[in-house]
Formats: sequence, structure tokens, C-alpha cells
Amino acid sequence: MSEGTYTQLLDLACGAFLLAAVVVLWQRKLTAIVRTFALQGVALAALPFLLGLHEARGELIAVAAGIGVLRTGVLPYLMRRALDSLVPAPVTGAGHRYVENVSEAWETQPLVNVAASLLTAALLTLLAYAVARPLVLLGPAPATRALPVGLAVMLIGFFVLSTRRRALAQVVGFLLLDNGITATAFLAASGVPLIVELGVSFDVVLAVLVLQILTTRMRTAFGTTDIDDLRELHD
Amino acid sequence: MTPLASQVWLAVPVAVPLAAAGVHTAFRRRALSAWTGLLSPCAVLAAGVVLARAVLSGGHPPTAFRGVLRADALSVWILLVVGAVAALAAAAAPAHLAGERAAGRADAATARRYQVLVHAFLGAMCAAVLAANLGVLWVAIEATTIVTAFLVGHRRTRASVEAAWKYVVICSAGIALAFLGIVLLYYAARAAQIPEAQALDWPVLVAHADRLDPAVTRLATALVVLGFGAKAGLVPLHAWLPDAHSQAPAPVSALMSGVLLSVSFTAVLRCKAVADLVLGPGYTRTLLTATALLTLALAVALLLAQRDYKRMLAYSSMEHMSLIALGAAVGTPLAMSAALLHIAGHGLAKTVAFCASGHVLQLRGTTRIGRVRGLLARAPGLGTAFGLSVLALLALPPSGLFASELALARAAFAARFGWAAAAVLLLVLTAFAALAVRTAAMLLGDVPRVGAGPAASGAGVALQLQPAEQRLGVPPVAAEGTPQGPYRPAGDRPGPARLAPGTPAVPVRLGMAAGLPLVLGLAACAALGVAAGPLTDLLSAAALPGRP
Repeated sequence: MSEGTYTQLLDLACGAFLLAAVVVLWQRKLTAIVRTFALQGVALAALPFLLGLHEARGELIAVAAGIGVLRTGVLPYLMRRALDSLVPAPVTGAGHRYVENVSEAWETQPLVNVAASLLTAALLTLLAYAVARPLVLLGPAPATRALPVGLAVMLIGFFVLSTRRRALAQVVGFLLLDNGITATAFLAASGVPLIVELGVSFDVVLAVLVLQILTTRMRTAFGTTDIDDLRELHD
Repeated sequence: MTPLASQVWLAVPVAVPLAAAGVHTAFRRRALSAWTGLLSPCAVLAAGVVLARAVLSGGHPPTAFRGVLRADALSVWILLVVGAVAALAAAAAPAHLAGERAAGRADAATARRYQVLVHAFLGAMCAAVLAANLGVLWVAIEATTIVTAFLVGHRRTRASVEAAWKYVVICSAGIALAFLGIVLLYYAARAAQIPEAQALDWPVLVAHADRLDPAVTRLATALVVLGFGAKAGLVPLHAWLPDAHSQAPAPVSALMSGVLLSVSFTAVLRCKAVADLVLGPGYTRTLLTATALLTLALAVALLLAQRDYKRMLAYSSMEHMSLIALGAAVGTPLAMSAALLHIAGHGLAKTVAFCASGHVLQLRGTTRIGRVRGLLARAPGLGTAFGLSVLALLALPPSGLFASELALARAAFAARFGWAAAAVLLLVLTAFAALAVRTAAMLLGDVPRVGAGPAASGAGVALQLQPAEQRLGVPPVAAEGTPQGPYRPAGDRPGPARLAPGTPAVPVRLGMAAGLPLVLGLAACAALGVAAGPLTDLLSAAALPGRP
């Protein structure tokens, strides 16, 4: 693979990665958000794959495969399962066509509306580029120059986490944050050592499992998964 | 220390608790005695003592598993504190579980799950303390969040689920920031030509600090302080702390407050050692001083208006963590040894306070300060233990906290931190008054009459449980064949069941199983204040800043 193709493909993957994060902000249907997150996983897995091809390192391609399975398969599956348990399947048959309760499947009223969210995403991307200047200066390479994208996705993840009201949308925010950090690690230093990567992935899967179980309990205890209804504890 | 011995003794604190968790998972049918929980804290303590001797004898610090685990004076000190607090918490667990079971809030499966999670929690904390690789350290601290999530949310009530959700989301997102900081440090190390396998080991980073890029390290340090600070209860990501600490079972609250906060803060100290060499001490000093002062001001403000005694103890933890952060900010050997002594003293005193508050909750069925009156008259032993633990937390002599706060103040004034020390002194005095007034309201006052128990009304933030005193009023038939819990009426006087409403309740005895851990914890805290004894060498070795 020539240097030019490598740079172009890397930039394409980073662009898709950032775009997916913005699309998450745009979506309001939770199934669509989860689907977008899975697509972002493909873009993320492409980063170590391209780096592995470029640096001729087999283990990076193996890591890419692992990341792909985890972020496009396992994590979206866990979230979809949580969603299925929250939203009862529509009852088919005469007289039951309109009883489906869709409120749990939508991000009804985010704290910040969609237009303002997109504007904020643009500002956060600019901020990421400003903050990442010393990082890019340290080792100018095609991968390092794309590094601000990872930080931008991380900031957008934080934004989703703090402004979305559905429990599952918050989980997606947390995972966007994590995707952003993983991408930063790949772009900056071709990923952290394998033992750390494995441990982090394991922790993330467990955290999502825990959050999935807590979402179900929240539904049982509060009758909704709206975070704004968590008002039992305060001073 | 021979390589084999280092491998064994470094593996013990991690492997024994995890193995105990495995055993508790495997024994589904026959419930193991709750006292078996003491085995792994004792193993941790034993390993701590052996490693302390190895560290102090000079020579290379013990390492194992290709440098993944490593013991130096600081990690051994924290390991000993973890072991001591875990031993107290494990000793308090049987009485706590018996009380829960007597109240019908727990069964054999709950008790087993409790043991599995607590042991896994202990193993993860020990791994975090002994990890030489910053990535492994991060993984271990995130693992503590995951493991304790279900301990915080064990009741499945609305308050409990809410606390667990906030805990997992805020802590995971917070320490994700710390992971970004670690990634950036790794990037700086790789750019400085440090080989991949060692680029996250903090001793290597300290040794090659002159080659790290200052701008990247500055960003990384800020992220690490913010991220691990979240797990250590420092602003701005502290919001999970009072909720989680007030909802978790008492021995778990003790572990979380007494040692988990300090273990996370150790991670900050590790990165600070690197950052101070790259950037000079001014940067982390400013960062930590600002964080500590803000945390302290916030904790004091919320202590002033506190009506819930478990939340009061949680905010007191934030207060003490900010003092520890301030000690680290000052950074001189005296300040560091004061901070480390403070970690130990706070761990012990807070463990006693939380365990005693758990008994108060089981006895009175509420966490509202206003509803717990006359504790000294009603349960003299328990009231005394709770009162003494709060006095220890208020740093009255002979508590270990008195010695550490005095040393901290001296170090701060010596290091020209006078203005910060003056502000801190003022805030700590305010916290002192708030804690003292609240605790006095709980301990003193009239004893409510039998039959005039708390009305089951919506009590806002407070936990409402069926109090043990009411439970004891039911005829003994109901209690037949089930453990009765630690609260029995004193002597052979008639039980409350036979008393007419309106007569004063009979004082409740604490019982050996519940009382012994409290007494031991208070004694240890006082002993630490009188003389650090054989620990002095370890303390001064651990306090030397920036030594790998």
C-alpha cells in the first residue's frame, strides 16, 4: 500500500468515525442510535487494521479483529437486548394495533435540542483541534495529524452523556467517550500494550453489562428509564 | 528477597481474595461461615508485613510477573491500610449480615453474593496498589467500580438503583478521562524512545522523565488528576460519593470510604511523581491545591445542612480526602508522611464510624439524624463507639488524625502555604462544629418511648427500614430457627414486647460480634496517634517524593 493511499484511507476512516458521532447526536430513536454506534465500531476497527498493514505488524490486525467483534457485535447486541426488554414487542392482531408504548424507545426531550447539539459538536471539534496542538507537534505523522478526531469524539461522548435523558442514550454516550479514547490511543501510539487493551475491553463489557442490568432495575423501580426521574437522593 | 519469594508475596494480596471470591461462588449449596471472610484480609496483612521488611532492608524493590507487580514503601503502606480496614470490615460483616437476615432483608444467597463481591473488590484494590504498569492500575480501579456497583445497588429500591446508576456512570466516565491521560503519557514515552513493554511502568517513566515532552505531560497530568480524582471523591466529579456511600451496606461503605478513595489517590501520586520531574512541582501543586480547597469548601457547605448521618460521614470523607490532597500538594517529606498517616488514621476511624452507623440503621430503621435521639441511653455500647469514632474523625487526641493534621499544618506553614493552610483551618473548624452538633443530636436527647416509634412517612432522602426495636417486639415464635441478630435486650429484664407503650425502652446491648471490630478499630486509630512504632521507618520511606 502506497503512502498516499494509506493516508487517504486513514483520513477516510477518521472522517467516518467523527461523522458517526455527529449522527448519534442527530438521531432520536434509540435503535437508530445503537445502529450508528455499531457502524462507528467499523470505522474504529479500520484504524488498527490500516496501521497494522502500514507498519506490517500482524498483532495490530488481530487487535483490529477483536475491536471489530467487540464494538460492532457484542456491545450493540447488549444494548439492543436491553432495549428489547424495555420496549415490549408490538402486539399484532385485531384491536391491538395502537397499544405499543414507544416512549421508552425515543429520546423524547434531550436537554439540548438537535440543532444546538450539532452546533455544540462543531465547537467541540474545534476545541479538540486546539487542545491537540502540542500532541500533533510532538510527532507529525499522518496518524498523529488525525489525532484530534479521537479527542473530538470523546468530547461529543461527554456531551451526549450529560445532555441525554434516556438511560440507554447515556450508555451510548459513555461508549462514544470510550471509542474516542481508543481511537486516540491508536492514532497516537498504535494502541496501548496488549495486556492493557485486553483489560480495558473486559472492563468496558462488564460496565455495559452492569448498566444494562441497572437499566432494567430502574425500569422496575421507577417505571421509566428517564434519568430526570432519579430524584430520590439529594441534599 | 529471592525472586520466587517476591513472586509469591506479591501474588498473595491479589490472588487470595480472588480465590476466596471463587470459592464463595463455587459453594452454592452449603453456605460458608461469614467469619471465613477474615482469611483474605489476614493474608493481605501478612503479605504487607513481609513486603515491608523486604522494602526496608534495602536493595531492589520486589517485582514479579515481568514487572507488572511491584512493591515500594508507598504501595506497602497502602497495602497495610487496605489489609487492616478490610479485616475490620470483614469482622463487622457477620453481625451486619445477621442483622439483615433477622430483618428479612437478606437470605443465604444475598450473603453469598455479598462475600463474592467484597472479596473481588479487595483483590482488585490490592492489584491497583501493587501494579507498576499504569494501564493495569487503571484496569484494576475500573474493576472496583464494576464489582461494587451491585453492592451499592443491593437493595433494589429506588434510592439504591439511583445511587448505583450515578456511581457507575460518573465513576466510569470520570476515570475514562484518567485513561486518556495515561494514553497521552504512553504517547510521550513512546516518542521518547522508551520500549513499548515498559512505556507505561511508572518507575521507568520516573527514570526517563527528562525525555518526556512537557506539553503532552501537562495535559496528561491534568486529565489524570481529574479522572482519578473523581474516584477519590475530589471535585468536580464527586457527585456519586454521598449517594453510593449512604446506600452501600455498612462494611462496604467502610471499605469504599476508608481505602478505595485513598487507593485511587495513590494513582494520582504515581503520576504526580512523573509530572513533578518533567514540569517541576509547581504545576501539580497548583492543580491539587485548587482541587483540595474546592472539595473542602463544598464538603463543609453540605455538612452544615446535613440531616442524614450516612451522608454526613460521606461528606466527612470528602473533607479528609481534600486534606490528603493538600498534603500531596505541599509535597515536602513532612507533608507527605502526614498525608499517608492521615490515610491510615482516616481509614480506621471511618471504618468504625460506618460500621457503627450500620448498626444504628439496623436498630433505628432510619438514616435521619433527627430521628435517632438518645442513642447513648438506648444502646450505650453502640452510642459510645459511634461517638468515639466521630471524635477520632474530628481529630481529637489521641486519634491518629490529630497527629497527622498537626503535622500537615506544620508542613504547610513551613512550605509557605500559609494562606491555604489558614483557609483550610477555618473550613475544618466549621466542619468540626457541624459534625459535633449533628453527632451530639444523635447521641444525646430524650429517649423516645416504646410505641412512639418513627411514623412511616415519606422521609425524603432518608432510608426507612423496619427498626430492630420493633422487630424485637414480635413474639419469639417468629424468630424461632432463624438467627436473632445482634440486638438482644440486656440481661434477663423483660423484653420490650411486654412493656406497655409509654415506658422507656430497655438499653440494647451491642454484642461481642458487633462490638469487637469497633473496639479494635478505635484502639488501632488511637495507637497510631500515640506512636507509629515499627511503622515509622516505612512511613518516612514512603513519604520521600518521586523516588521510584
